[in-house]
Amino acid sequence: MLESAASGRLGRTALYDRHLALGARMVPFAGYEMPVQFREGIIAEHAHTRNAAGVFDVSHMGQAVVSARDHQTAAEALERLVPGDLLGLAPGRIRYTQFTNASGGIIDDLMVSRSASPAQEGRLVLVVNASRKEVDYAWLAQHLPEDVKLTRSEDRSLLALQGPKAEAVLMRYCPQAAALSFMASTPARFDGVDFHLARSGYTGEDGYELSVPTDHVLTVYDRLLSDPDVKPIGLGARDSLRLEAGLCLYGHDIDETTSPVEADLTWSIGKRRRTEGGFMGVGRIAEELKDGSRRRRVGILPEGRAPAREGTAIMADGRSIGRLTSGGFGPTLGRPIAMGYVEREFSAPGTRIDLMVRDKPLAAQVVSLPFVPHRYKR
Amino acid sequence: MSTVRYTKEHEWVKVEGDTATIGITSYAQEQLGDVVFVELPPVGKKLAKGDDAAVVESVKAASELYAPVSGDVIEVNSLIAAEPAKVNADPENSAWFLKLRLSDKSELDTLLDEAAYKAFIAESH
Repeated sequence: MLESAASGRLGRTALYDRHLALGARMVPFAGYEMPVQFREGIIAEHAHTRNAAGVFDVSHMGQAVVSARDHQTAAEALERLVPGDLLGLAPGRIRYTQFTNASGGIIDDLMVSRSASPAQEGRLVLVVNASRKEVDYAWLAQHLPEDVKLTRSEDRSLLALQGPKAEAVLMRYCPQAAALSFMASTPARFDGVDFHLARSGYTGEDGYELSVPTDHVLTVYDRLLSDPDVKPIGLGARDSLRLEAGLCLYGHDIDETTSPVEADLTWSIGKRRRTEGGFMGVGRIAEELKDGSRRRRVGILPEGRAPAREGTAIMADGRSIGRLTSGGFGPTLGRPIAMGYVEREFSAPGTRIDLMVRDKPLAAQVVSLPFVPHRYKR
Repeated sequence: MSTVRYTKEHEWVKVEGDTATIGITSYAQEQLGDVVFVELPPVGKKLAKGDDAAVVESVKAASELYAPVSGDVIEVNSLIAAEPAKVNADPENSAWFLKLRLSDKSELDTLLDEAAYKAFIAESH
């Protein structure tokens, strides 16, 4: 009923043995053997993250630094590849953006942070998807000018601590955690270990991401888990949490054919960038900003109890008007939820549609995202 | 006197006279994770061995339950349709899926006994 991990060439994070000791079920994901769930299962892990705090090993993700003589040089070089405003990124702030291709599709989505420390001036820290890091790095190597350098942070691991108790937990080790606002980052120290702390995540909850030297990540992970409010969370709950939060998963909700406008990520395109342009794929993106896109990513709520999965055809007026790109069960809502692309005239919340599940139409409606309100500390 | 047989698709079949009660094994529910939806066939449906008999969906994925033997559906377990989590809690007892009136009892010979099923699980891991 489930495919078993064909190990062999799969990568492992530094926490692999710890995951096994914690009862993880490992699955192949983006070239790594990763925990899909721990002993209590996806629903319990999901609920624990919404109600207390969960720690996720996301060390498979790509961490890299783009550096130049000053911020302007690094930001201008990267701005040619993304529609986000990086020149205007203040020290200590993080931006969500996308690498776009020449036809306005999305090569990857990523976080870019500018260090708070003046000693780190000219450095932009990137966090990219595991499944796309090789593509991204090759793209950057091809397109960055000679005076801008890309360095992979191969010696770093990444943890996410997410949930309403994340702040209280982290405060015990890093007093500066509380002062950080959503999408801000700072150098920090955890039990004598220097690391990089960001207030960000992929669950819709308040929380942090900790970029830790790999030599010390087991210590930090164990210390976080020693808190009674913290449990280990697998990729299964990470997926259901992000789906409830209406967040895109690369390779599913966004890919090289979908533009940021179609994906309803227009909010992440800088105001200055919309008028000035100067990024890959600006032709299509500017046109869609002006006239609207032909299709759009929307939230979809199936009416019954049957989940509808990725790839399901979306029907209206007796014809196919799109496809689901993510679909499953929302544990917080206790019902199935989904996202997908529909033709523009069917994208208004409240629009009635049918989902073709096992050759039968399943009544559903378009709803606004997120399914579960975000609880970021702004 | 009843006998229980198993399949390599992780189903169990409990035979009493010409009636077979069918469900998924404890191993199967563990592999699936939290079950959130079950779709059962209509009573009266004729199933041939290997046909799609029911759907079981976990948070992550949808799976089919195949008819391990041929027969007519004489009863389905509405308890698990109403409370899919019962499949995780009690898969080999109260959370049975359906009952068939067997149309060919010789098909039972193709199924595994408990020892063979346990050995099958052990060798696939």
